[in-house]
Amino acid sequence: MTELLQRILPTVQKPARYIGGEYNEIIKDPAQIRVQVAFCFPDTYEIGMSNVGMRILYGVMNEMDGVWCQRVFAPWGDMESAMRQHNLPLWALESKQPVKDFDMIAFTVGYEMCYSNILNMLDLAGIPLYANQRTGLKNIVFAGGVCAFNPEPLADFIDFFSLGEGEESTVEIVSLYDRAKAESWTKEQFLLEVSKIPGVYVPSFYRHEYKEDGTLAAIVLENGAPKTVTKRIVEDLDNAYWPTKMIVPSTEIVHDRANLEVFRGCIRGCRFCQAGFSCRPVRKKSPDVLYRQAVETMVDSGHNEITLSSLSTSDYRGLKELTDRMIPYCEANHINLSVPSLRADNFSVELMHKLQTVRKSGLTFAPEAGTQRLRDVINKNLSEEEILTTCANAFSGGWNNVKLYFMLGLPTETDEDVLGIAELVYKVIQTWKEKASNKKRGLRVHVATAYFVPKPHTPFQWEKQITPEEYLRRCRLLKSHFYSKSIEYNYHGPDLSRLEAVFARGDRRLGAVIAEAMKNGARLDGWDEYFNYAKWFDAFNTCGIDPNFYTVRGYGEEEILPWDTIDVGISKKFLLKERKRAYEETATPDCRENCAGCGAACLLKEVSCDA
Amino acid sequence: MPRALFQKTGNAVYISHLDLMRLFQRAFKRAGLPLTHTQGYNPRPSVSIALPLSVGVESHCELLDFDLDGESVPCEEICDRLNSALVDGVKVLAVYEDGIKIKHLAYLDCRIDLEYDTGIPDSAQDAITELFARPSLTVEKKSKNGNTEQDIIPMIRSLRLEKQDENNLCIFARVCCQNPSLNPNQLVAAIASYLPELTPDFSKCCRLEILDQGETIFR
Repeated sequence: MTELLQRILPTVQKPARYIGGEYNEIIKDPAQIRVQVAFCFPDTYEIGMSNVGMRILYGVMNEMDGVWCQRVFAPWGDMESAMRQHNLPLWALESKQPVKDFDMIAFTVGYEMCYSNILNMLDLAGIPLYANQRTGLKNIVFAGGVCAFNPEPLADFIDFFSLGEGEESTVEIVSLYDRAKAESWTKEQFLLEVSKIPGVYVPSFYRHEYKEDGTLAAIVLENGAPKTVTKRIVEDLDNAYWPTKMIVPSTEIVHDRANLEVFRGCIRGCRFCQAGFSCRPVRKKSPDVLYRQAVETMVDSGHNEITLSSLSTSDYRGLKELTDRMIPYCEANHINLSVPSLRADNFSVELMHKLQTVRKSGLTFAPEAGTQRLRDVINKNLSEEEILTTCANAFSGGWNNVKLYFMLGLPTETDEDVLGIAELVYKVIQTWKEKASNKKRGLRVHVATAYFVPKPHTPFQWEKQITPEEYLRRCRLLKSHFYSKSIEYNYHGPDLSRLEAVFARGDRRLGAVIAEAMKNGARLDGWDEYFNYAKWFDAFNTCGIDPNFYTVRGYGEEEILPWDTIDVGISKKFLLKERKRAYEETATPDCRENCAGCGAACLLKEVSCDA
Repeated sequence: MPRALFQKTGNAVYISHLDLMRLFQRAFKRAGLPLTHTQGYNPRPSVSIALPLSVGVESHCELLDFDLDGESVPCEEICDRLNSALVDGVKVLAVYEDGIKIKHLAYLDCRIDLEYDTGIPDSAQDAITELFARPSLTVEKKSKNGNTEQDIIPMIRSLRLEKQDENNLCIFARVCCQNPSLNPNQLVAAIASYLPELTPDFSKCCRLEILDQGETIFR
């Protein structure tokens, strides 16, 4: 008789995402395995398989002798219903073994709105949600990813966090577990030892005490825990592990292509951007190594597209050398080379012409703010002139499609700044009228505004988020100034960004809210099909927590911040200085022009910052 | 144009038609067998699969037409190289230098497993045999443009039932697969609508062989 899963699969959407068996999937002999790691991505297969970090760590762990790392993704709603109806526990793709059978359960957490998925996945696996309910060494739950830079909302559920880049620390952590398991340590013993690995944060070793006004009174250290835990980085990217034998999904994923990371860190210092600060210092990879890895990846995977990724690829010094070598190879082999995250400079335009990828995607700019004044406040070094010159070039080259991304609710923003967006858009339209070589099809300008979310470890980490009502008023104000038929304006609804703001700067008390929301049925919150603010609203009410405390209140500079234990290498002094400069409307030159002294270079021992 | 005969079994049955095309395009690249590309604005590798297979259906007789760029490679070598670049469940059985035009494809032999968890009902075999012996049998057909009624009897060339074990009753059928075509799952739909008490707990379908107008094996 056909087994249960095989009966369910034909009834769900996109069943191929639940079966594994892809090219380059790693299968090991269970008899040779000492440590089983279930690597969970708290979103769907299509999102998770597009995540480069997960692919790197999957490779890193599977390179270890006696360790088998297998993948687990969040099921879509139809599959979840079937699993719950038939008591089918969450399984890992490689062996189809239940997650509950694994020694270690790892999560990579890149987005606040997947917190409900983490709890839901534990629940589907039949594993107790709260760390203190899991008493043994088995099923130890740890997490990493950018959200670990403020881990507090998850502190109740996760046994320990691994901060920063995991190529080296993950090996240290899993090796320690291997020993702990062989020597039958208790969970307490293991947590004590693992907390000594640099970059590991054990939240239960820190007691958070609050004042009457709800702000933190003290963070009390226990078990000899360090006052701060510093994130880990890989210094030498040329010799760091890079997976050239990547799993090639048998079903379409979001980023359905090979991916090559050209460098890490960012020289730009946009004051709202968490990645821009928390991924520092800048470390390069050499074009030689990249070219070799690109060819190996293409040959091995058979992909017909490869993308060069980083936070700002134009700032990669070897970009010309690398693309000059890659373009002929790609053309000869029918491979598309895509280079996103380019700045609006001359070389980029030249490169875009060469790559022809613009034809597909159009031009995309993220000026983030409508006036030069506000762009100086946020330190977004993109001038109106640069945007218009690049547009003029592209329009005369035959392109008729532009996307412009902005944020509303940035610190110091006034209605004048909001209307500045409309003015900029009209200048783009004017430029098209003057320069377009092919006007037959008309122009499309896609404008999108996002609701500003203050993030930890940025100069704006203390800022207020504007109220949802005010955000919507600004959206409508802007909309009322768009008359042209060429403009397509989209704005994000406020609820998701508001929750994102709560959890981005949240503290430990939010654990109860996440658990309650999950109980109310919150999951897949990043998906419009599932996101339901009412479930969260009810959870806040039930737990007696006011979301405004974390959003519209703003944080005081003297306040103890929930993420003060976490050191990403950027000093608070620097963040305060940058905040002051923002209010003075003063831009800070990029790190290549002049080192601003953010502090991240201190993380380097062997090399210097390559900004 | 060269043609490959392949099978789709195991968990690979859940790979959709479009995903399978992509999977083959990548497998050819991995195998170092460059495909020619279509001309035009958006060149695509030339691969096509006859009779798109529904998700969940196993097959031992799928045809893939493709066109290689560059020097010719012996068929056996293409077969071996592709198989080493493919995933479990998708296996090339043979490669032919050329194939009969797809328009001459006419019939499909299939097996449908009807699973009854509490045992095959006593009356099942006779009742189902009788059902398909009727002169006409209309079944609702779901399509993009809404549901339509379809008389399935003219499209059934032959049909027999075989009891596999206590729980599994098997239908072996030869049905039309082009102009018009009958999705073998419609046979189960007919049982469910005319003999609801004999609706199986689970059913699955498998393509066994494809044939031309003269009912000889099609390659």
